[in-house]
Amino acid sequence: MEPMSTKILVTVKEVAEVDDEFEISGLDVDDRYLEYDLNEWDDYAVEEAVQLSEASDDVEVVTVTLGPERSEETIRMALAKGADRAVRVWDDALANAGLLDATTKADLLAAVVEAEEPDLVLTGVQAADDSFGATGVALAERVGFEWAAVVNDLDYDADANVSSVRRELEGGVEELTDVEGPAVLTIQTGINEPRYASLRGIRQAQRKPLDVHTLDDLGLDASVADSPVTLTSMYEPESESDAVVWEGSPDETADELATFLREQGVVEG
Amino acid sequence: MTVLAVTEHRRGKLRTPSFEIITAGRDLADALDAELHLAVIGGDVNGFADRLNRDGVDAIHTVAEGEEFNHDVYTQAITAMAEAHDPDALLMPNTVNGLDYAPAVAGALDLPLVTDAVDFDAEGTLEVTREQYGGKVETTVDVEADAFALTIRPAEWPVAEGTGDAEIAPFDVTIDESAVRSSVEGFEEVGSGDVDITEADVLVSVGRGIEEEENLPLVEGLADALGATLSSSRPIVDNGWLAKNRQVGQSGKVVTPDVYIAVGISGAVQHVAGMKGSDTIIAINTDPNAPIMDIADYAIVDDLFDVVPELIKQFGGQAPS
Ligand SMILES: Cc1cc2nc3c(=O)[nH]c(=O)nc-3n(C[C@H](O)[C@H](O)[C@H](O)COP(=O)(O)OP(=O)(O)OC[C@H]3O[C@@H](n4cnc5c(N)ncnc54)[C@H](O)[C@@H]3O)c2cc1C
Repeated sequence: MEPMSTKILVTVKEVAEVDDEFEISGLDVDDRYLEYDLNEWDDYAVEEAVQLSEASDDVEVVTVTLGPERSEETIRMALAKGADRAVRVWDDALANAGLLDATTKADLLAAVVEAEEPDLVLTGVQAADDSFGATGVALAERVGFEWAAVVNDLDYDADANVSSVRRELEGGVEELTDVEGPAVLTIQTGINEPRYASLRGIRQAQRKPLDVHTLDDLGLDASVADSPVTLTSMYEPESESDAVVWEGSPDETADELATFLREQGVVEG
Repeated sequence: MTVLAVTEHRRGKLRTPSFEIITAGRDLADALDAELHLAVIGGDVNGFADRLNRDGVDAIHTVAEGEEFNHDVYTQAITAMAEAHDPDALLMPNTVNGLDYAPAVAGALDLPLVTDAVDFDAEGTLEVTREQYGGKVETTVDVEADAFALTIRPAEWPVAEGTGDAEIAPFDVTIDESAVRSSVEGFEEVGSGDVDITEADVLVSVGRGIEEEENLPLVEGLADALGATLSSSRPIVDNGWLAKNRQVGQSGKVVTPDVYIAVGISGAVQHVAGMKGSDTIIAINTDPNAPIMDIADYAIVDDLFDVVPELIKQFGGQAPS
């Protein structure tokens, strides 16, 4: 009998982080104040997939990214951590579309799922930048996979293609759920300890396949980016802060705080 | 016109977002000149419906299917309800379970979806206010559609009060069991153990600003010097530097100490959900625009590695070297 092989698709997003001081120009923070990195939640999803592939033979880990060429540095990072190959989807039509909402992302990722036919798809719970938190479940619905959102523990039975997961609910309660495959699981931080890429991993990553697909390649046309949801403004929220800010050197501010705590009677001495 | 809002319960109890969504739903219904309908799915649906019958609710549809939340059942039931009542707006809570069915329902109904709304204006084209970049900026998104789906952030709208005169009726739906491919096997409480941070009068809480595990003794030193209890934001627990029972926030503990000192914590919404009820909030953070400043009563905008050692000295302690 042929050994069963398992393919895991992991969505990897490059997200922007904003400096402490920044300016907004148009509909986004000015690029000068942005730093790009692998989405924190996706880092855990990549690690989970790589651990599954290390635990048994015949597990292939493929990453998929919707993003411009700039994101290849981030994609190579995921490859360096142990993914086998990568797919990047981009197109002028997407670059010009503005906001990509969950429906659009699900449509794009669905085309990749249909081409790759994975047994399991891991996404992050959310992206740290726009935090819609909807792509994974929207994708599952779109491709007819089962799913589970906010997973912080995964026990995957490859033969049965069943995922026994813990979903992290509010208030320290976890839900234990069995999910039939093929499935999309949205991965929560803390599920594992993401590794740092080793130098060897970084070298190997340079030689791993990274295929770039346009909409045309995926059999889609520009209308996939049409959405009734459009970003219309971005601004710094009016500060609701009425905090008393203690000013001065560290010893002065520490003195203010200490005096306050003593006056409140919360600390003695 | 109809606004359909979905309620939430767990282990026999309605959750607070169910009462907030009535308020948000009523706002939206008023703007659209619509009726507000609620969906109650699973558990003690009649008991829940009685309690949800508050001012402003026009109708409550119940589906007595299962004891606990199951996203396949919810997705099927809400989809069928929406097909029967043709709502102009579908409102769902942006909770962990909301995130587990809202995108599927929106997909099945082919509705545009905007999640995690903190505000909206539905006079004319729907304009939704959201946060981005961890709350550092706000955005507005317009939804140009006849019907839409929206999830709303917990604790942004007040809970609805009063007694309503809603029509309560079972909604008839046949669940396709072959499409229920996930099963909830149980629940577990996590995060108990040696300390109970909810009992503390003073909490020194540490966040990602501490950078390295080796630096933790610095804030431990501060907690000791103040006779306070040490707690943290999520990344510290995710990294395994502190036990789960120290985590403050949505998925950790809700704390209400007399004084909460946030050291190197940005104040993400899921963190704030666990500590905004503290009497006095003090933030030590290098970023004057960090969202924690919005709820802080006192702040030191400076490097924790400079301030905390000085503080320890103030209380006669010695900063670890
Ligand atoms: C479903 C879900 C549930 C979640 N549940 C929780 C939860 O229960 N609790 C929780 O906390 N989070 C939770 N989160 C995560 C949350 O979204 C944030 O990612 C997290 O709270 C960020 O923690 P932080 O503030 O410590 O880190 P960051 O957001 O990285 O902030 C670090 C802060 O430290 C400051 N800083 C850096 N260096 C220094 C220095 N030298 N001196 C002073 N200040 C410094 C920075 O300016 C920044 O403001 C949840 C997320 C999701 C999606």
